Amino acid sequence: MINLIGSESDSQRTLYPYVTGTSVVGIKYKDGILLAADMGGSYGSTLRYKTVERLKKVGKHSIIGASGEISDFQEIMRNLDELILYDNMWDDGNSLGPKEVHNYLTRMMYNRRNKFNPLWNSLVLGGVKNGQKYLGTVSMIGVHYEDNHVATGFGNHLARPLLRNEWHADMTFEEGVKLLEKCMRVLLYRDRSAVNKLQIAKITEEGVTITQPYALKTFWNFSAFLNPTAGAEGSW
Amino acid sequence: MFRNQYDTDVTTWSPAGRLFQVEYAMEAVKQGSAAIGLRSKTHVVLACVNKSTSELSSHQKKIFKVDDHIGVAIAGLTADGRVLSRYLRNECINYSYTYESPLPIGRLVVQLADKAQVCTQRSWKRPYGVGLLVGGLDESGAHLYYNCPSGNYFEYEAFAIGSRSQAAKTYLERKFETFKDSSRDNLIKDALFALRETLQGEKLTSSVCTIAVVGVGEAFQILNQETVQGLINEFEIVGEEPPPADEAAPPEQGSGAESGSSAAEQGAAPMDI
Repeated sequence: MINLIGSESDSQRTLYPYVTGTSVVGIKYKDGILLAADMGGSYGSTLRYKTVERLKKVGKHSIIGASGEISDFQEIMRNLDELILYDNMWDDGNSLGPKEVHNYLTRMMYNRRNKFNPLWNSLVLGGVKNGQKYLGTVSMIGVHYEDNHVATGFGNHLARPLLRNEWHADMTFEEGVKLLEKCMRVLLYRDRSAVNKLQIAKITEEGVTITQPYALKTFWNFSAFLNPTAGAEGSW
Repeated sequence: MFRNQYDTDVTTWSPAGRLFQVEYAMEAVKQGSAAIGLRSKTHVVLACVNKSTSELSSHQKKIFKVDDHIGVAIAGLTADGRVLSRYLRNECINYSYTYESPLPIGRLVVQLADKAQVCTQRSWKRPYGVGLLVGGLDESGAHLYYNCPSGNYFEYEAFAIGSRSQAAKTYLERKFETFKDSSRDNLIKDALFALRETLQGEKLTSSVCTIAVVGVGEAFQILNQETVQGLINEFEIVGEEPPPADEAAPPEQGSGAESGSSAAEQGAAPMDI
C-alpha cells in the first residue's frame, strides 16, 4: 500500500525537533525594526548549546529570527542566502524587500507542511525598504501575518501582553531596547529553555547591526520567589 | 525573398555567419500590422493598427494585459503572440503568488528573451514569428522593451514595429526627447500621431486602432473606443491644418516618410535591429 501521508518514506519525515531555540521577540520602532533572541539551543530539557545565533541578516533590507529546530533554521538560511544571491546577480536595481522574503518563506513553510514534512520553526522576518517598515511572522504550519510587534513560542504568552500595553508608534531606539529587554527578562524568569545570553538585531534604511552577546541583570529576591507556594499550600 | 541552401534548418549556419530561419522570422514581424510604443518617466503607451481582413470579421487582438503593471503589443504571427502572452501572464502570476509583489519588467523580458533563444538552437523547433513591445513598471519607473524572434531584447524610449513602422519611427525620432517628461495625455497624443503616420493618408479613427496605457499609480488598461475617438477628434481640431468639420487629414510628412521607407525596405537587409 502506497504511503499516502508524505511523499517520501516515513524515515524521511520530520516527526519531532531535536535541538531547539526558544522565543524571538520583534517590534517596529521609529527608524526600523528591532529583534531580540537569546543564544540557547536546547536538547530536550538540557540547555546544551549556548552560542547559537538565532538572528541573521537576509540581504540588504531584512533580518530573520528563528525559534524551533536549529538544523531546519540552517536549511532555511541556505535557501534564503541562495535566493538573495540570485536576486543580486540580476544587478538591475531591483531587490527583494522584507515583504517579498516573508512571502517566500510563507510559501516554503506551507508547502512543506502540506507534504507532512515541516520545517519545525517559527520565524520572525523584519526589515525596511524605501522608508517602509515591515514586520511579519510565519509558523511551521504556514500561518503568517504582519504586525507592529510579534513574538514566537513563549514570547506569545509572556511578551505580547507587555508589548500590547507598552508599545507605541515611533519609539526611539533606547525605548525599543528597554522594552525588548523587559520582555526578555520576563522570559528568562519564566521560560525554562531561556538562557541569559542574548542578542539584539536592528535594521534601518542604512543597514543591519546585530549586537554582541550580553546578559541581563536579574533579581531573584522577590518575596514571591522566597516562598513560592504561599498562596497554594502543598503545590510546588 | 532569399533562397539558398542554408535556410532550411534553424540550426544551420550560413557561411557568412547568419541563421536564415531567424532572419525569416524577423521578416514575419515586418509584415504584421504596425505596433508602436513610447514611454515617459512614469507612463508607457502602446498603440497598434487593427485592420480586419474583411468587413464581416472582427479585428485581431494585438494588445494584451500581462499584469496590472505590464502589457504587450505584438506584430507578426498573432498566434505565436498569444502563446507568448500566456507565458508572460503565467510568469507574472507565479512571481506575485510567491513574493506578493509585482515581477519587475526587466526580469520578465529577460526570461522571454531566453525562451525565444531556445527556439533558435533546437533542430525540432522554429523561432517565434512575433515581435513584442513590452511596456511596464519596476522599481525605477516606466520601461519599454522590444523582444525579437532572435532572442534579443532592447530597451527603448520609443519604438515602432510592423509594416510601415518606418514612418512612425521617423516621427518618434523627431520627438522622442520630449517624451521623458511628457504628461500622460500628451504621450497618448504622440502615440496617435505616430500611428497616423503608418496609415499613410487613411483616416485615423478609433475603429482601426487600439491604445493602451500603464503608469505609476495606473493599472494597465486598454482605452475604450469612445475615449480614443474623443482624443482623435481633440487633436485633429487643435492639430496642424485640417478644417474642423472635415476629418480627412492627409499629413504631408506622412507621405514624405513613406517614399523614404519603401526605398529602405528593398534590398537584402539583415536584422532590422
